[in-house]
Amino acid sequence: MFASSGEELVKICNDNHIPIWEYAIREEVIRSEASRPDVIENMRRTLHVMMDSSTYAQDQQVTSVSGLIGGDAYKIKMYADKGITLTGGFLNRAMARAMSSSEVNAAMGRIAACPTAGSCGILPAVILSAGEKLDKAEDELINALFTASGVGIIIAKNATLSGAEGGCQAECGSAAAMASAAVVEMMGGTPEQALTAAAIVIKNILGLVCDPVAGLVEVPCAKRNVAGTVSALTTADLVLSGVSSKIPFDEVVGAMYKVGRQMPVELRETAQGGIAITPTALKFKKEIFKDE
Amino acid sequence: MRDYSVFDIVGPIMIGPSSSHTAGAARLAKVAATIADGKIIKAEFLLHGSFAETYKGHGTDKALAAGILAMEPWDERLKDSFKVAAEQGIEIIFTPTDLGEVHPNTVKFILTKEDGSVSNITGSSIGGGNILIFDIDGQEVAFTGKNPTLLAQYRDLPGVISKVSSVLYEENINIANMRVYRDGKGKTATMALEADSMITETVTEKIRNIKEMNSVQSINPVVEGVF
Repeated sequence: MFASSGEELVKICNDNHIPIWEYAIREEVIRSEASRPDVIENMRRTLHVMMDSSTYAQDQQVTSVSGLIGGDAYKIKMYADKGITLTGGFLNRAMARAMSSSEVNAAMGRIAACPTAGSCGILPAVILSAGEKLDKAEDELINALFTASGVGIIIAKNATLSGAEGGCQAECGSAAAMASAAVVEMMGGTPEQALTAAAIVIKNILGLVCDPVAGLVEVPCAKRNVAGTVSALTTADLVLSGVSSKIPFDEVVGAMYKVGRQMPVELRETAQGGIAITPTALKFKKEIFKDE
Repeated sequence: MRDYSVFDIVGPIMIGPSSSHTAGAARLAKVAATIADGKIIKAEFLLHGSFAETYKGHGTDKALAAGILAMEPWDERLKDSFKVAAEQGIEIIFTPTDLGEVHPNTVKFILTKEDGSVSNITGSSIGGGNILIFDIDGQEVAFTGKNPTLLAQYRDLPGVISKVSSVLYEENINIANMRVYRDGKGKTATMALEADSMITETVTEKIRNIKEMNSVQSINPVVEGVF
């Protein structure tokens, strides 16, 4: 069975002198009784879906089913291409990728949930942008997805990945934590550093509520994917500079779970609180569902 | 502590926007259509709770229609399912309703087939694209379709279960769990049997040939990535 805690995960990796991604692959081979090449091929398919979803809405403007969002990935790409940005082409292209997958999802296109459909923009944007910048081969991007899954499994076991249970911190927060850990390993960081990055990301998003306007995976979800992407990338740099987390990963995950439990149900995906009940949000809701 | 596959975390590959409202809905409908067993000419969906409130915004309606057309949750034609249904002459009706004390994402399928017979199937989308079917034609059941499932309706007589398990033994299929529901002693019984490996059509046919059987279907889990 997969390691039950971050501490156990790091110990296994260190004892065997392997990164998290290698451990995740080995465990999946045992668990699924599939061959190693099959497990890797399965993840390659996932990566290809991510490549498509993170590109599609940059090249053409898509509109969500409700009509509430769309066209923003295209805007960000145009802006990044002009070259006059504050935070640079790298970060802007990453933001465009995150927005693209989120828009494709809202427009009933094909995505890979990672860990959920609502947070499907973060991992592709982070992995593909870092991979592009660092000139990584496809196999290394696949490895990064295994690192991310490994970290996600620990969060799922000890907390939750569901917005209905833990708020947005559990969805976009977990996605960004998984992504940041993956980039740290991609850049040669240790398993311990990967979990440090995941811990810092979650600490910085702790308490974020899930308050979807009209109950749809659109507002504010898409932009939270963008924010999670930026956090994952900058935190990877932070950790590789040598910065550590005073509170260990496992305790941060435990805190995140407790905070989720303490959140009133109105702030957990029910669209009965937060942004979802602002006057403008209620007006949108009325317009979208006027026929029902 | 639950054990997870890496593909539970990074995946599934699906059509958005919601694993419970879109992917789970498509999967529910596909399983319901399999249970109905026959060419469907009319599908009415009684939508409950969150399904009733947000089905248009989440594309739950399109996903349900797609499932009836046997599309998988990752099929990009899913958003055009109404058009495909119309081309195939299948009538699709959505009715928001209250199904009582059930999961907020619940739908009752009323499926009319070519021969005029009607199947009533109720199930919920319980999160992450996972489903639970809990009522078939008034018979209480409970299965998730996560494992290969054999669904059999038969006359409740001694030895039927042993005949079924003999066939599975001959075919080297291990039973993971099995539940039997019945109207009463000697009446109609429903068996939901989950296995560790795929239940092939050959095996299903062998079980169908057991004389007490009324209807037998196998529902194998969808294998992702076949696109």
